[in-house]
Amino acid sequence: MASLSNAISALWPEPLRLVLFVVGIMSFVGANAAYLVWVERKGAARFQRRPGPTEVGWAGLLQPIADAAKLMSKQLIVPAGVDRTLFRVAPLLMMSPALMSLAVIPFGEHLAARNINVGLLMIFAFGSVNVMAIMLGGWSSRNKYAIISAARVVSQNVAYEIPMLLVVITMIMVTGTMNLNEIVQNQAGPFWKWYLFRLDLNLLAPITFLIFYTCMLAETNRAPFDMAEAESELVAGAYTEYSGMGFGVFFMAEYSNILLGCALATALFLGGWQSPFGHLLGNWQSTIGVLLGLFWFLVKMYFLIFSVVWIRWTFPRTQFYGLLNLSWKILIPVSLFTLILSSAMLKLFR
Amino acid sequence: MLVKEQLKTEISADGAPRETFVINLGPQHPATHGVLRVKMTMDGEYIVRAEPVCGYIHRMQEKMGENRTYAQFLPNTSRIDYLSAMTYTHGFVGAVERAAKLQVPPRAEYIRVITSELNRISSHLVWWGAFLLDLGGFTPLLYAFDDREKILDLLEGITGSRLTYSYFRIGGLYNDVDDTFIKGTRAFVAQMRPRLKMYRSLVTDNIILRKRLIEIGPISKEMCRKYGATGPVIRGSGVPYDVRKVEPYSAYPEFDFVIPTFEEGDSMARYLVRMEEMAQSLRIIEQALDKLPAGPVMAEKVPRVLKLPAGDYCYAVEAARGRFAVRIVSDNKEIPYRIKLRTPSLSNLSLFEEASAGMLLPDALALMGSLDLVIPDIDR
Repeated sequence: MASLSNAISALWPEPLRLVLFVVGIMSFVGANAAYLVWVERKGAARFQRRPGPTEVGWAGLLQPIADAAKLMSKQLIVPAGVDRTLFRVAPLLMMSPALMSLAVIPFGEHLAARNINVGLLMIFAFGSVNVMAIMLGGWSSRNKYAIISAARVVSQNVAYEIPMLLVVITMIMVTGTMNLNEIVQNQAGPFWKWYLFRLDLNLLAPITFLIFYTCMLAETNRAPFDMAEAESELVAGAYTEYSGMGFGVFFMAEYSNILLGCALATALFLGGWQSPFGHLLGNWQSTIGVLLGLFWFLVKMYFLIFSVVWIRWTFPRTQFYGLLNLSWKILIPVSLFTLILSSAMLKLFR
Repeated sequence: MLVKEQLKTEISADGAPRETFVINLGPQHPATHGVLRVKMTMDGEYIVRAEPVCGYIHRMQEKMGENRTYAQFLPNTSRIDYLSAMTYTHGFVGAVERAAKLQVPPRAEYIRVITSELNRISSHLVWWGAFLLDLGGFTPLLYAFDDREKILDLLEGITGSRLTYSYFRIGGLYNDVDDTFIKGTRAFVAQMRPRLKMYRSLVTDNIILRKRLIEIGPISKEMCRKYGATGPVIRGSGVPYDVRKVEPYSAYPEFDFVIPTFEEGDSMARYLVRMEEMAQSLRIIEQALDKLPAGPVMAEKVPRVLKLPAGDYCYAVEAARGRFAVRIVSDNKEIPYRIKLRTPSLSNLSLFEEASAGMLLPDALALMGSLDLVIPDIDR
């Protein structure tokens, strides 16, 4: 049976296929950003032994739509004295890299908008734009809380980009490719073939994953590393002056970044669209196989997203210097060590 | 673009010039839990000087006291520190009873102790939740309010209200407790102990929390004495000062309890003092329920219109935040000549300026949270 993607590309020329995927990704991200807020609120409520949203729709399922309608109907206030252009551009600048990066995430065997050889590199290139967006948003707001927050974001993201990239370099060495689709294909087979459990390639693989996950939390400014919008200290941090959809887009971008980070962690460490039981349940080349792959990918990704929510509602916020100490004194040395260790292991055993 | 014109060069305490800017923390800010304003001169995220500005919720409680009879002023006392309304009413009725030489029946004293300690637990629970909120942990607040809800239900059953009780009356109590209350309180004590254990393992032992509190915001014994700090603040600095022990009042001498004291003086010490105090309050409640004597709850022959003999009277109680004292100056009239309220939050706040100098903003907010301020208690 021809694969879904092949069928699509046989029917339509390449530009059309691209448009289809881009629309697909954008609606996927939009729906996710909205419904992750619902998951967050419902999850928080459950951790706090309360029901959470119940009024709008069944179990509050229409709540995100009501929220979005409310945000869209609000006046967009541009405070006096702000840098208008930067103030407007900042939310978009935060949203668009997340959208673009998702183009290379393989959601299934052939379910990637672009299957390019430098996919991983592209994600990290775009990922660095993120910090600039918050910084510009905070800086252009002409608000002291926002400026403190912007300064925090810069030092935090610089500190956490280093261990994250070191971990990714380790993974690139282990896999030998930057093509995310190939990385997932290399993990074919039962779950002990996932890079999370491949101790023969990288003795510290679970620790590598933990470092990646921690850095992902810090890069997306999630609790317990939510220095940027520490609401009990900086009111709303860099977002203080934003109202209506300006804030809404920041909010959506935050969830899109979490989505991207968890999708990347799934592809790199948890075998992407590979089933944990190997090929027992059929051939990935078939249409059903692609859908099954999508299913497994989403299961793993949403599990990670759930754990992100779980962590947020369990831990208090770290101190700012504690956060930097964690990166410079623990994560960077450990990730450097994993890099050296796994390169030695690759040289000796492969 | 912050704002070159907002930066000022100042000479700091260590003699170095610093480029500073001013942040107004409050009067509406999530960390101040009310309408306190702190004018902060900052160097980056370091605090050069933090100057509390009070008065946004000043209601002239003391002046009101000079304009009404003792019975009329009684409801005001619940509204000074709304979180520990029982103990505040206790301070006022205690002063009046001392002046009028009224003998409060033992059953009333026991019930006063039980309700005051319940109130102390509920106040500490609110502090605990709000403090964790300051530190960025949202969930404990809901757990704390879950427990507090049970206390409020119990107190509502006997007093009729949930926050400002006015349950203690001059000479005794508004009414006697019933079996529902006694049974419910016993059940609550039994429930609360495992909850405190759970809070310990869930929150107190959390590494992030410990890193945020240990050695942060140290307050020395000298500083406490200098500013008149009381309550958990001074006990966290190693001074076992508790009005219940040093100036025993009501039925407290009849119970066996410990004053938790920690030597470190940091935010963690103050945190642990309050957590331990909740356990001690449970002990007191249990003993008081076991020994609860029978009898009336109102003194005999309380005059309808009370005239205190001329003189100067003072009565202190240990409120949840420290020493609350009422001083009544009477000139033998139906209304007092002067009422002075000594509230703990004001003295506890006054050390903030000295203690927070040179700290980082988040640490200073942790310090402020550990002082457990109630803003109406500061302004009165």
